Amino acid sequence: MSDLGANADVTALLSAPVDVETLARLHHKLEQAAEKNDLLDIAYTTVDSPVGKLLLAATPKGLVRVAYDSEDHDLVLDTLGHKISPRILRAPKRLDRASRELDEYFAKRRQVFDLELDLSLSKGFRQLVQRHLPEIGYGQTRSYRQIAELVGNPKAVRAVGTACATNPLPVVVPCHRVLRTDGTLGGYIGGLAAKTTLLNLEAARS
Amino acid sequence: MKRPFEKVVEEHAGTVLRVCRAALGVSDADDAWSETFIAAMRAYPELPETANVEAWLVTIAHRKAIDVLRTAKRQPLPVEELPEAPTTSGLPGSDDPELWETVRALPDKQRQAVAYHYVAGLPYAEIAEILGGTVEAARRAAADGIKSLRKNYPGARVKGAPS
Repeated sequence: MSDLGANADVTALLSAPVDVETLARLHHKLEQAAEKNDLLDIAYTTVDSPVGKLLLAATPKGLVRVAYDSEDHDLVLDTLGHKISPRILRAPKRLDRASRELDEYFAKRRQVFDLELDLSLSKGFRQLVQRHLPEIGYGQTRSYRQIAELVGNPKAVRAVGTACATNPLPVVVPCHRVLRTDGTLGGYIGGLAAKTTLLNLEAARS
Repeated sequence: MKRPFEKVVEEHAGTVLRVCRAALGVSDADDAWSETFIAAMRAYPELPETANVEAWLVTIAHRKAIDVLRTAKRQPLPVEELPEAPTTSGLPGSDDPELWETVRALPDKQRQAVAYHYVAGLPYAEIAEILGGTVEAARRAAADGIKSLRKNYPGARVKGAPS
């Protein structure tokens, strides 16, 4: 903090920072006004969880992205800006329900997510696979091969793997429930530790 | 690649608010700030990637402030309510309503030149474009404005006093 004593001049005062509370209040008003004027193409927030800090982002259609810390949230937001729209604000209100359901899930009080999803980040076969993943119930697992059969394309085991690896909505769309045929973990967008945490959490229900 | 609008807000929110305060005083600045950022958010996808974002925002704020002033002039009875007091540390400074009232009392060109140069940090060439007129005229208006502020802002004298 610079000395506001004898040397301080009006020119320094004119460029002095505005207090943080005022800016927070104005930001909050901007979130509301942007929503009201249909300008909030993407709202986002972050939540803490047993698998680290999660980024949640939603379009007016629904939840569009859940991202692990390891994916670099700034990078994820840049990509959303590029693929969907740069009209992005930190606006937690639109994510209230998703945040609450995730809290309940991690507290083992919820087994099924009841959220509007926007799957527009995925196309074709990947989106088809991601649409079917919620059919794997809580606490259960399937192999990549079984999922390939489920979507009617039993030879597309590798493509199912890719669809899981590029799932834009991890945790909520349960790609963590898909394992290799031999029962080993396979890959996971949030890292294998996160996959194990989720599988243990779901297995530990009483 | 265009950055998420949130980054633009984070980076320039304070500057735009100070520009609005310089133009309108503390009480009307908040509304002008909101209108500036809503207009900016609307136009953001079409903004060329090479644009100077701060100069762009200040130009929008400039127009919004003029709108607010015009509206105020049409109203026969000005509202006499005191503005909601912003939290301050008690030091004269950026959140001090008196500073911005003193700025507001300056003639239009001086006030705007001071706001865009000393508050927003824009070079005089950009300011001349926003205000019209020559670069030299913008420089002179800012200098005259600052001289007048040094004379008239009470905080400028108080804080210089020995403790």
